[in-house]
Amino acid sequence: MALDRWIALIILGIALAYGYAAFFAMDHLLPPFMQRNPIWPSTFPKVLAVLAIVTSAVIVLGLEKASGEAKTPDIDYRRLGDYNLGQALALLALMVAYALLLRPAGFLLSTGGFLAVGGIILGERKFHILIPVAALATGVVWYLVEGVLGIFLRPWPFFLG
Amino acid sequence: MLEGLMIGLSTAFSMTNLLMVIGGCLIGTFIGMLPGLGPMSIIAIMIPVAISMGDPSAALILLAGVYYGAIFGGSTSSILLNAPGVAGTVATAFDGYPMARKGQAGKALTIAAIASFCGGTLGAVLLMVFAPMLSTVALLFHSAEYFALMVVGLSAIAAFAGTGNVAKALLMTLLGLIMATVGEGALFNMPRFTMGLMDLQSGFSFITLAMAMFALPEALFLVLNPRRSATGDDGGKITGLRITKEEARKIAPVIGRQSIQGFFIGVLPGAGATIASFLGYAVERNIASKEEQKEFGHGSIKGLAAPETANNAACTGSFVPLLTLGIPGSGTTAILLGALVALNVTPGPRLMIDNPQIFWAVIISMYIGNFVLLVLNLPLIPYIAKLLAIPRNYLIPFILFFTLMGSYIGQNNATELLILVGFGICATVLRFADYPLAPLLIGFILGRMLEDNFSRSMQIYDGFGFIFDRPMTAGLLVLAVLLVVVPSYRARRARLRAAGVADGD
Repeated sequence: MALDRWIALIILGIALAYGYAAFFAMDHLLPPFMQRNPIWPSTFPKVLAVLAIVTSAVIVLGLEKASGEAKTPDIDYRRLGDYNLGQALALLALMVAYALLLRPAGFLLSTGGFLAVGGIILGERKFHILIPVAALATGVVWYLVEGVLGIFLRPWPFFLG
Repeated sequence: MLEGLMIGLSTAFSMTNLLMVIGGCLIGTFIGMLPGLGPMSIIAIMIPVAISMGDPSAALILLAGVYYGAIFGGSTSSILLNAPGVAGTVATAFDGYPMARKGQAGKALTIAAIASFCGGTLGAVLLMVFAPMLSTVALLFHSAEYFALMVVGLSAIAAFAGTGNVAKALLMTLLGLIMATVGEGALFNMPRFTMGLMDLQSGFSFITLAMAMFALPEALFLVLNPRRSATGDDGGKITGLRITKEEARKIAPVIGRQSIQGFFIGVLPGAGATIASFLGYAVERNIASKEEQKEFGHGSIKGLAAPETANNAACTGSFVPLLTLGIPGSGTTAILLGALVALNVTPGPRLMIDNPQIFWAVIISMYIGNFVLLVLNLPLIPYIAKLLAIPRNYLIPFILFFTLMGSYIGQNNATELLILVGFGICATVLRFADYPLAPLLIGFILGRMLEDNFSRSMQIYDGFGFIFDRPMTAGLLVLAVLLVVVPSYRARRARLRAAGVADGD
């Protein structure tokens, strides 16, 4: 089974869970006076659930065939190993680390680190250029966000205030 | 209309707004040249800036400037490096790049600049004429018709975006609508589908979703496949900017036709700059003479002028449904709509009455924007092209950082960043499997409005009666079904006929 049909199967599962919640788990929470309304909070989700289940089933069952002309995809997921998969995964991990460190480590350290480590992951080895560029960019962005936009971002780690 | 024009002129020609147009065009052009950052991602990145300005007309003018700039910048990298930064300029590369390789880069850029200018300006004239007309018609619309119209818009987006894969596009639209129901709705004071999580109480943030759907997957694709960001040696020496009189005579009718065609394609929900440019290229090739047809694809000036005119005219056209009906025709205008709603402006037929200064200022700023772009593109091209030489080791971390910042500034919540990464991975996998992502975002943005109008009509008519009581609603809903069913049916029949099963008609 091709990837698109697997995805449709997953979405079908989501739609079923969503439909279950809409049809069976929501209405008894409704206060009595609202039950006289022609529309309930679950009405629209019910319609969506039915449509999503039907549509994803159409894809899973392969009822709609592709138009025939095979497109060359940007990236062929069947040969994912041929691409720079490791770099992409490392960058994703770096983004997660950034999300977790932004508050405790402060904006300047985490951002400077993110830009520098991102460059290193991608294969940059000229540290005497990379690190000043990252530091400069961090400073400029911090100034723009804090000074121009007036959004507070804690610059330093938590133990420095 | 004259009165409106005057209001628009006075708003748009204020110092701040002029700076906004110029700044927006510059930013858009620069970032639009970078492969992988289309107008959608750039606008998504610029939204926190625009929202924090607080003035809706300035914000919309800035974002509109960024939009034109991005389409324009995309054509520069298409022509010089055969690396279209934006889907709408892919067709530009068909003939623009061969011209550049023949040593006519200067001429190609000049033609692109002039064609874009004409397309954008003629589009703005058409917008000025047609938008007020459309908005008077739109005032006749009630909740029920609005609901039906949005259903038509969504199914048209699904039908066009999919081209042969209608079910996939439709599923993405539905997924977007489902995601929009998460959180507390306006009509019911109860949280829905939050799974008890406080972070989901206010629903998903649309900036996060926009970043996750477009900027993040594109950046990951650039990492996965370095050839996507392949940059040439450099812009080279660009000489010979002038075009001859004969060439001007050749491309003038093309520009005229494509301005009009592109504009009206842009008006249709779901079409947009990409479709307009491809269609413009195809039409011009079909109506050209036999000899000229041979030139197409090998550096024909007509083949370059057609998509360039059409995509700029379509950009302008896509503002018509946004400003008059409140329905975005494309992913980009959907993001603009989200920005407007965040600024407490509801686009729609009342916009011209309640906030005429916004409406007209945007139109006037389109003229200014087009002029700025022309001035910018002609003399600065050789310098602008240098930006493409930024090594990807620096470029990609910055793109990722800007997506993170965009969604963090919007919510000031680090959990949002984890949601961003999670959705970004999902979006990348969806792109692997050739699922279109724009319908998902459009569905998400229209979801709330769709449900509100649906609920209101249900309340007024005490049930589903509104579908049958109002002929226009019924008509529109039938149209929506046809839009989805007919392409699938025709594709199926064509396939059966090709297999020799069906007897043709």
